[in-house]
Amino acid sequence: MLKDLFRPKQKYVTIRQREEDSGVTPGTPAEQLEKKELPDGLWIKCNQCNQMIYHKDLEKSLKVCPKCQYHFRIGAWERIGYLVDPGTFKELFANICSCDPLEFPDYQVKLNKFKKATGLNEGVVTGTAQIEGIPLALGVMDFGFVGGSMGSAIGERLVRLFEYAYQEDLPVVTFAASGGARMQEGILSLMQMATTCQAINRLAEKAILFISVLTDPTTGGVFASFASQGDINIAEPGALIGFAGARVIQQTTHQTLPPGFQRSEFLLEHGIIDLIVNRKELRSTLARLLRFHQRRKREIS
Amino acid sequence: MANGSNYSLDFEKPLKELEKRIEEIRIFAEEKQIDMSEEIRRIEEKAKNLREEIYRNLTPWQKVQIARHPKRPTFLEYIDLIFTAFVELHGDRLFRDDPALVGGLAYFDEIPVTIIGQQKGRDTKENIYRNFGMPHPEGYRKAVRLMKQAEKFGRPVITFVDVAGAFPGKEAEERGQGEAVAKAIMEMAALTVPTVVVVTGEGGSGGALAIGTGDRVLMLEHAYYSVISPEGCASILWKDAAEAPRAAEVLHLTAKDLLGFKVIDEIIPEPLGGAHTNPEQTATAIKEALRRNLRELMALDLKELLARRYQKFRAIGRYIEE
Ligand SMILES: [Zn+2]
Repeated sequence: MLKDLFRPKQKYVTIRQREEDSGVTPGTPAEQLEKKELPDGLWIKCNQCNQMIYHKDLEKSLKVCPKCQYHFRIGAWERIGYLVDPGTFKELFANICSCDPLEFPDYQVKLNKFKKATGLNEGVVTGTAQIEGIPLALGVMDFGFVGGSMGSAIGERLVRLFEYAYQEDLPVVTFAASGGARMQEGILSLMQMATTCQAINRLAEKAILFISVLTDPTTGGVFASFASQGDINIAEPGALIGFAGARVIQQTTHQTLPPGFQRSEFLLEHGIIDLIVNRKELRSTLARLLRFHQRRKREIS
Repeated sequence: MANGSNYSLDFEKPLKELEKRIEEIRIFAEEKQIDMSEEIRRIEEKAKNLREEIYRNLTPWQKVQIARHPKRPTFLEYIDLIFTAFVELHGDRLFRDDPALVGGLAYFDEIPVTIIGQQKGRDTKENIYRNFGMPHPEGYRKAVRLMKQAEKFGRPVITFVDVAGAFPGKEAEERGQGEAVAKAIMEMAALTVPTVVVVTGEGGSGGALAIGTGDRVLMLEHAYYSVISPEGCASILWKDAAEAPRAAEVLHLTAKDLLGFKVIDEIIPEPLGGAHTNPEQTATAIKEALRRNLRELMALDLKELLARRYQKFRAIGRYIEE
């Protein structure tokens, strides 16, 4: 292609779409460390349009390609940094961590490896924060930590967050990023779908708003539990969202899957999500939605 | 998928050989007009001991094979054996009726109840019609509709779980399989009537849990319940589905394992040789357990019922607090 001729002869890296076993998660302490080692003038190649993006431009646009709006995957802390009023995030329940209840092959090793690589101690960061001055309970998953898979610890952190929100009358926003249930915890991970759903049910008793933001990717048991049950379901553009994996579907049914299958736009078209919001507008959109639901029961009654 | 006539449990092979020998001796004795009853009695005794021995020491994978046995009683058979006056109610009022999930009204003893369960086919033709018992979203939406109806009229809900998994297909995704499963989990967990779940065969992940968030979860002795199929787990762990027997071990998917984790409340014993060898006896055991559990639940006031249900699932996870 013609544009390839004009490709700048500068050093560049491709931000890999992290598979379950990859190393560093963008936005985590581990990545910050890594970044410092890299020379200035770094160019990053977009996964979608293949254009080169100056890393500072990519930072400025919240890791959204300025040319094609491709949304790069980001880690939990990076997300929180983009989203909430500076200095307002207070982490809660960070002491809840995974154990290895099934003594599953290599699970403990894997956990240690991901802890070291990501600087996280689990695949979700939970706490309270403010967005445009509005207080909320916030849970942000990180796909970089064992594929964001939901085991007992993630389930417990989320449920405590929901229960905290219930007690404190706070609206809840979660960001899902997960391959599904954490196989290494067997049936216990499946049961997290039940506990998180139960806790979401309780929010309804006090008419507490729950907004679920689905990011790339949100699949399996996380999509099939709390993440699809927001009062409002929002997705980032182009995110992979679905129940069954494309490969499993093809193996089972031999169906050809259309382009864009299980992407945000597909879900919007089929009526599963309420809206698609560009990352750069997420903060203001969330603020607006939160404001709609800011009401004091006392004032109404 | 396995067909009834050629499905054999490989671990029963020595037993089948003994049975064959008994038959041969019988024919021989009849032909020659000689009394070999002592010899037959001796081998029968041996077969009985061997059967007990085999079934006492079933591996998780062998249990999975029993749970998937094509002759294993299905929901409709249990309905006939356990309930009376069943009236099937069809459809989700949104899209279509899903034959992979059956529901309706029936009496349990004298109590009107709503019953819901996945329905596998009993032969190839029926399996195609019932999509091998794997529901689409409309199946789970029908389940929710019937649960809400039960709630309205104050009927207990009893579900029978036997599913390889919620169906993975293009149309299922288009119609929101994940959302449908989640919704069913949510709605069942919040029902204001007593709910009892019986896992009778395969407890295939989210597709099972969708009708599994009950006040009591009972499980047949050789049923299994897992976050992923042993084959799927083996493919991920060892890149080889043939390692499924090993995966069945590490997943801790047997009734005994689940009772230990308090994921289930009770194991319902099966006849020696599995439920399919004596559906009536199995049904009687299920009936007894249902009666006992339902009686306890119906005696609770609503607040207590809901609080206990919440706590029951809330308490299942295993984690550490650093
Ligand atoms: Zn781009």
